[in-house]
Amino acid sequence: MTTATMAPPSTSLRRVLGARETPVLLVLVAVVVGTSMVNSRFVSRQGVRDLLLAVSFVALMAIGQTFVIVMRHVDLSVGSTLGLASYVGVVAMRNLPGVPLLWLFVAAAAVGIVVGLINGVLVAVLKLPALVVTLGTLYVVQGVQAIVVASKRVNAADLPKSVVDLGINSFLGIPYLMWAVVVAAAVAAPIARYTRFGRDLYAMGSNPDAAVLVGIPISRRTIGAFAISGLCAGLSGALFLSRFGGTDVNAGIGTELSVVAACVIGGVFIFGGSGSPVGAVIGALLLKVIGTALPALSIKEFWQDAIIGALIIAAISVDRLVVVRAERRRRLESRR
Amino acid sequence: MSEVPLLAVSAAAKAFGGVPALRGASLVVRSGQVVGLLGENGAGKSTLVKSLAGISTLDTGTMLLDGQPYEPSGPRDAEARGIAVIYQEPSLFPDLTIAENIFVGRQPMSGRRVDWATMRDEATRLFEQLGVRLAPDRTARGLSIADQQLVEIAKALSSEARLIIMDEPTAALSASEVARLTGIVERLRAGGAGIVFITHRLDEVFEICDRVTIMRDGRTMSDRAISDLSVAEVIRDMVGRDLSDLYPKTTTAIGAEMLRVEGLTHAGTFRDVSLVVHEGEIVALAGLVGAGRSEVVEAIFGLRPYDDGSVVFRGTALRSGDTASRIRLGMAMVPEDRRQQGLFMTASIVRNATIAVLDRMRRLLMVSGRAQRDAATDWAQRLNVKHASIDAPVQSLSGGNQQKVVLAKWLMTDPKLLIVDEPTRGIDVGTKSEVHRLIGEAVAGGLAVLMVSSELPEVLGVADRVYVMREGRIVEELARETANQELIMTAATGAAS
Repeated sequence: MTTATMAPPSTSLRRVLGARETPVLLVLVAVVVGTSMVNSRFVSRQGVRDLLLAVSFVALMAIGQTFVIVMRHVDLSVGSTLGLASYVGVVAMRNLPGVPLLWLFVAAAAVGIVVGLINGVLVAVLKLPALVVTLGTLYVVQGVQAIVVASKRVNAADLPKSVVDLGINSFLGIPYLMWAVVVAAAVAAPIARYTRFGRDLYAMGSNPDAAVLVGIPISRRTIGAFAISGLCAGLSGALFLSRFGGTDVNAGIGTELSVVAACVIGGVFIFGGSGSPVGAVIGALLLKVIGTALPALSIKEFWQDAIIGALIIAAISVDRLVVVRAERRRRLESRR
Repeated sequence: MSEVPLLAVSAAAKAFGGVPALRGASLVVRSGQVVGLLGENGAGKSTLVKSLAGISTLDTGTMLLDGQPYEPSGPRDAEARGIAVIYQEPSLFPDLTIAENIFVGRQPMSGRRVDWATMRDEATRLFEQLGVRLAPDRTARGLSIADQQLVEIAKALSSEARLIIMDEPTAALSASEVARLTGIVERLRAGGAGIVFITHRLDEVFEICDRVTIMRDGRTMSDRAISDLSVAEVIRDMVGRDLSDLYPKTTTAIGAEMLRVEGLTHAGTFRDVSLVVHEGEIVALAGLVGAGRSEVVEAIFGLRPYDDGSVVFRGTALRSGDTASRIRLGMAMVPEDRRQQGLFMTASIVRNATIAVLDRMRRLLMVSGRAQRDAATDWAQRLNVKHASIDAPVQSLSGGNQQKVVLAKWLMTDPKLLIVDEPTRGIDVGTKSEVHRLIGEAVAGGLAVLMVSSELPEVLGVADRVYVMREGRIVEELARETANQELIMTAATGAAS
């Protein structure tokens, strides 16, 4: 959590309590504690490990997605980008035998950045709505994936040992893949909060017209944000590959909705202007924790989707309420 | 006073798609001077401001800043050269903190990080300098318009602006907020800034400005010291004719009771409001912004619920929130915010004007396009709407003409009671008197009008009877003969006279 060392404790405490992430974190803790009281095996070492592995690639995509949603856009192409990137990563490693693991990430990242740049340019330069543009690239990339991957299936046996190990091993009880998410969040959070680039994205999402008036380089920022989302989606492809020890033509399909859901639940306002990468990661965690908590509580699995849906609606309702209350306060104040 | 003026614009010309907006405008501002920039809507003030702000560029003409050529490449460049614009309704970033709103796009950095602590401290210092209290850490969402303007002014100060342009800053402010703004303008002037003050309220001009520049039809008509000017001269320069009948009042016979409101109450908004409107009568609801006048008329029209009290219209008692019955009985309302509530901005004049009477224009199952056009053309002529084509989108019209389209829409329904909320807000003097004439004509035909207005001359000039509201209650009722500016202001502010 953000703790300002310079500020007096009262303000930093208030900031932590007032942060958008705090309520989500509390819900997360409540669900974990509540479930483990009913079913003690819920927080077993193996259970936590599986959970974190399953969260990792969605969380990484959610970090990237945050930058896009914050500026009042959306990136739906991340799911198929993951799929394509995972396969291109395999190809890169296979054709260059003996290359270090790094190349997997470089290749996957490159795929993601290319898709991200295409999205960004289409949205920024041609001024097309991101929802439609990224829906388009979702299908285009999926099509490319289908052509390239075709009926080929990559199994763990086809992969270098280093890739498979990465998806299995842990450090300090936390899987490497989750460490990748932690590192990404640690890089992304200051970018969002402390750089011109990051602050401009919030301004653009909060009031697009005013952003033009204060001279924010809209196009450059838009392209940059989509590139970050693409980069994260590409890297997620590498995580996906390690996690499942393989990939196929269906890899990543449909995950974009989980990613957007994670962001919204994690306090990233769908109409832009507020939210943070850390919140998105917490949102992704909550999403998966609920998914695993329900079986542990012997609740039928099909409730899972309904509950997640209700959470999404609750999250945006809270935002709406805050806005309505602020506006009412303004009315009352303006009467004095 | 320095020899070289801070700003000197001369022979400025600019056309949009062949339609000239500026044709030979000039403007001179010196440091430590407040220049009132006046003119009817469409006179070219906004175009001139946009050129100065770096949002658009002049076709021809010169702009000199400190005697140096000034051709801003964009808003950021204009800011860097020391020019700041405060708009009537500032566009802040509601999700960002007040401090960040001031510094957005040029946040103080320490190294490569945004320095939040310095940003907060600077914001606090700026507000102290302005003598106002605003918490830099809260988000801008929900700030009043007056406070939003303060944030913009703080922004101007922080960028060390030497020329501050205020585009109708007082249009949406209450009297006390205007007084606070006036104080700040005087501080800025004393600090050596040059200020361009655009307003439609002539009393403010004489209170604040040192010089007055008047524009008409894209040209600068006059540039004189305030001491050489009278109100009559200002109006004549603005409209090019004497407006002796600025508020033409046609007296009509007051008829039967049309609307009776008793004890109308909505907790926290208004309380115990009772009023009566008769056939052929114009009743004004005066008071300060925020006194609850708009809320009351919205409740009367059924747009807003009320907890207690009764609304009887043409002998029928109406339920709270039932707008449909009211419209059926002949009640109509022209809202305050015509852009958001009264018009479909991208739709044509025809469609906007006829939308409330489509039932009447039905031939079998389809709406007759010809009937729509005929009706709209007829009304556009009657109301003297200045338009290129009645198929043009209403967003292409000036504010005053948009208001006429809204009026046409409701007058077409042949209402018995018309509620108008700030009918001439942001409209130039010439159009204003036309709107008044239209309302007057409709009243002569037996219409009853309930009007909310913050402009005292309008209230005094148009209304047969005036109710004054303060803090959600009616505190005074005045007949036309006895009403005057002092009585209304005293009642509205609660000041002992």
